[in-house]
This record gives sequence, C-alpha cells and structure tokens, in this order.
Amino acid sequence: MRENETIICRCEDLTLEDIRSAIADGYTDFEELKRYLRCGMGPCGGRTCLPLIRRELARVKGVPVEDVAMPTSRPPVQVTTFEAISVGSERGKNE
Amino acid sequence: MSELPRSADVVIIGGGIIGSGIAYELTKRGVKNVVILEKSYISSGSTGRCGAGVRQQWGLEANCRLAKGSVDIFEHLSEELDYDIEFRQGGYLVLAHNEAQVSQFKKNIALQNSVGIPSRFVSREEAKEICPPINTDTFIKATFCPTDGHANPFLTNFAYVRAAERSGAKVFRHTEATGIEVDKGRVKAVHTTTGKISTPVVVNAAGPWSKQVAALAGLDIPTYSERHQCLATEPVEPLFDTMVISFQIGIYLQQVPHGSFVMGIGEKEKPSYNIHSSWQWLEFFTGELLSILPVLKNLRVVRQWAGSYNRTPDAAPILGEHPEVGGFFNAVGFSGHGFMIGPMTAVCMAELITGGVPPVNIDYLSVERFEKGELVIEPSVVG
Repeated sequence: MRENETIICRCEDLTLEDIRSAIADGYTDFEELKRYLRCGMGPCGGRTCLPLIRRELARVKGVPVEDVAMPTSRPPVQVTTFEAISVGSERGKNE
Repeated sequence: MSELPRSADVVIIGGGIIGSGIAYELTKRGVKNVVILEKSYISSGSTGRCGAGVRQQWGLEANCRLAKGSVDIFEHLSEELDYDIEFRQGGYLVLAHNEAQVSQFKKNIALQNSVGIPSRFVSREEAKEICPPINTDTFIKATFCPTDGHANPFLTNFAYVRAAERSGAKVFRHTEATGIEVDKGRVKAVHTTTGKISTPVVVNAAGPWSKQVAALAGLDIPTYSERHQCLATEPVEPLFDTMVISFQIGIYLQQVPHGSFVMGIGEKEKPSYNIHSSWQWLEFFTGELLSILPVLKNLRVVRQWAGSYNRTPDAAPILGEHPEVGGFFNAVGFSGHGFMIGPMTAVCMAELITGGVPPVNIDYLSVERFEKGELVIEPSVVG
C-alpha cells in the first residue's frame, strides 16, 4: 500500500503516512493525535477516519482494537447551517 | 512512559497551558527535576476547550500586563519552542452597545494604553471596515486592538510540553494526584494513582479541579467551575481577520487560520463540572449570532463542545504561594482567560518559585485578598 497516497481523513486530506508519522512522533494518545492532526474534527465527525486510525493505533501499541478508546463524538450528528438551526428554533418560529 | 520518580524539585498538578508553561519556564531557569501530573490527556481540561482567542483589552491592570506580556511572548513562541502554534494577530473588535459601556471602555483604554497596549475607539464605520459583514445597528461604538489575535490552544499546549520534556521535565499522563503530604506547614510529598513523589514544591495548575487539588493540601480556595459552550464551523474562504466580541451579549467569534470559525456565548450557569454540550445552547447562540452577523447564516456548524471556566469571586486569577502551606503554589481561577495570559503567567510563576522577581507584579493576586476583602474585580469577562 502506498502510504503517501492513501487518504485516511478526507476532511483534512490526511494520508496514512501523515497518521503514521504523527504516531511515530509520539502522538500515541488518540485524543491528542486528533487534536494534533484535526482528524475527526471535520464535517464527517470522524466517521470515516477514526475507526481506521483506531486500528492503526492498536497495531502500533500491540493491543486489541477494542482496547483503544474512541475519542468523544460531538454534536451535531450532521453538519447544519445556522439558518436551519434558526428556522427550527423557538425564537425562529416566533419571528 | 517512564516510571514515576521517587522525588522531584517541583511537581505540577495539571498539564494544560499553565502547568506545561510553568514546567517549561522552570527548566529554562535551570530547575532539573520537574514533574507534570496530568490526570487525563494533554489539553483535556480548560486549555483544549477554550475559544482560542488572545486578547489584551482588559479592565484590570494585572490582566492587562499579563496579557501584553503574553502577546510579546506569543509573537516569538513558535520559534522559541520550535513548533508552529498558529499565532496570528488579526485584532479584537469589542462592541459597545450603550453609553455605560462606552465610559467603562474609556477607562479600560486609558489603562491599556498606559501599559503599552495599542487599543483605541473606533466608530461604527471603522468597525465595518475592520469587519465588513457586521450589522452596525446593534452597537454604537467599538474598541479595537490590532495586536490581539489567535493561537491554536492544542498546539501551544503540545509545544510547551515537548519543550519542557526536551529540557528534562517528565510528563505523566493519566496520572492523578490523590493526596498532598504537608509537614510542619510545608509541602513534603504528592501521592498519585501510580505512587508517591517526595517534593518541596507543588504547583496547583489543575484548572477546573483547582479546588479539589487545594483541598488535598488541606486548603480551601474560593474557586468554582462553570460550563461554557463553543462551536466550530466548516472551513471557508477568509472573511475577516478580527475576533468580534460583545460583553453585553456574551458572544465571541473569530475565523481561525484553518478557515473554520470558532464561536461561543456565555449562558447563565450554576457551578458544576458538566462539560456536555446542549442543543438549547446551539439555538440560543444561533439567534444572537445572526443578529450581529446575519451574513453567516449559510455557514455550517461542524462541531460543538463545552469546557469549564474556573472562576474566582472577582474574575481575576489566584497566583502565588499559599500563606498557610509553604511550597504550595496556586496558578488557578483564570475565569475563562487562562490560555491567553498563560505565557506571561508561566514566567511569573517560575520566577516566584525560583526566588526571582516576576516581571509583572502579581502580589495582589494572592489568595489572601479574599480574606482581607481586597477584591480586584475584572470587569471585562465574556459570558
């Protein structure tokens, strides 16, 4: 597999090579890795990249995948415009 | 991870901007054996949850000096720590909605200018030049400081941790302080979830948990934590450089170098350790945002989160050695602005701990002010 051509995080354009070199650089805590690279902080909410990165961390640490805790999932579940939020809100309904 | 040492010169409880900054400044001053205890991961507390703004427009002289000193440090921090912290100076536009605010800001600006902060009043027209899409119907005047700005809190935190580690500091993640031994009025040791470290100096840099850490040494400090919520949008083309804030609405927002907007608003909250986000807040925030910047209605919200302000009764931090326990230093109660005044606070604390003279007079930020009734009220806190 070509590490520098394999996109892991589509929101931030991160390749497998980016992920592996950050882990090798010491960002082995999943929460810190996420904050360092911004993987999982884009519009997909980490649905694509985080399971892949979790597997990579498990491989590097030599532990089962389920031993690597997933970072916190954050709302909203789907990206939403302010306008849509406003229209749906109580204040928006009254205006 | 290496093993917990049996002894240390200084044990810092908390690995956020304050703890890691102090660790770095101590190693810079030749202190060899510095240990950071972080009960979770680096930037898990208030630092990694803050709004990422760097502001010097304060109403209390100590905060002005700590903020100005911190900006002077931020300006060369990427170079000093050999790590890009994404510092950018796009300014802060502070909206005044009524005459009472204008007269408060007049006092603030005189104070800010007296310590070298280049803030000034701007008219609504000038505000519109600085932030073209702003709705000028909602305010009467504004203040602007062009050297205020932004830094990435995660990267700044990692940068300090790594620089401290390079100079010999040891950082223990997922390691919690569980007790502090005090003997004859002096700190003797810290007990942790993985063992005991003998030390003559403990620094309480525990952010939201400052009160609990003080209690480990038998001390009662008047701090409490309060939830504050933020959000980030999808990244878009650059719209404007400035942070926009309003103390009246309690709102702040800024487009960060990455392209996303980071925004927040204060809500009436009871003291708690709750850091969950809520949809009610999102609705409330959206209404206020669209009143001042309706143009942003098509931006998409990508992520919501929350964190704690660790507050004091006068919204100014508690800095210095505790009068009742020798060797126990507090650097807590930043009331929502610990990140932006972190770098100079770290310098002052490191000077204090090594017996030097802090470049900013922080004597009157000692915890004793609450007992003496000498509060130092900071009037310019968002939320």
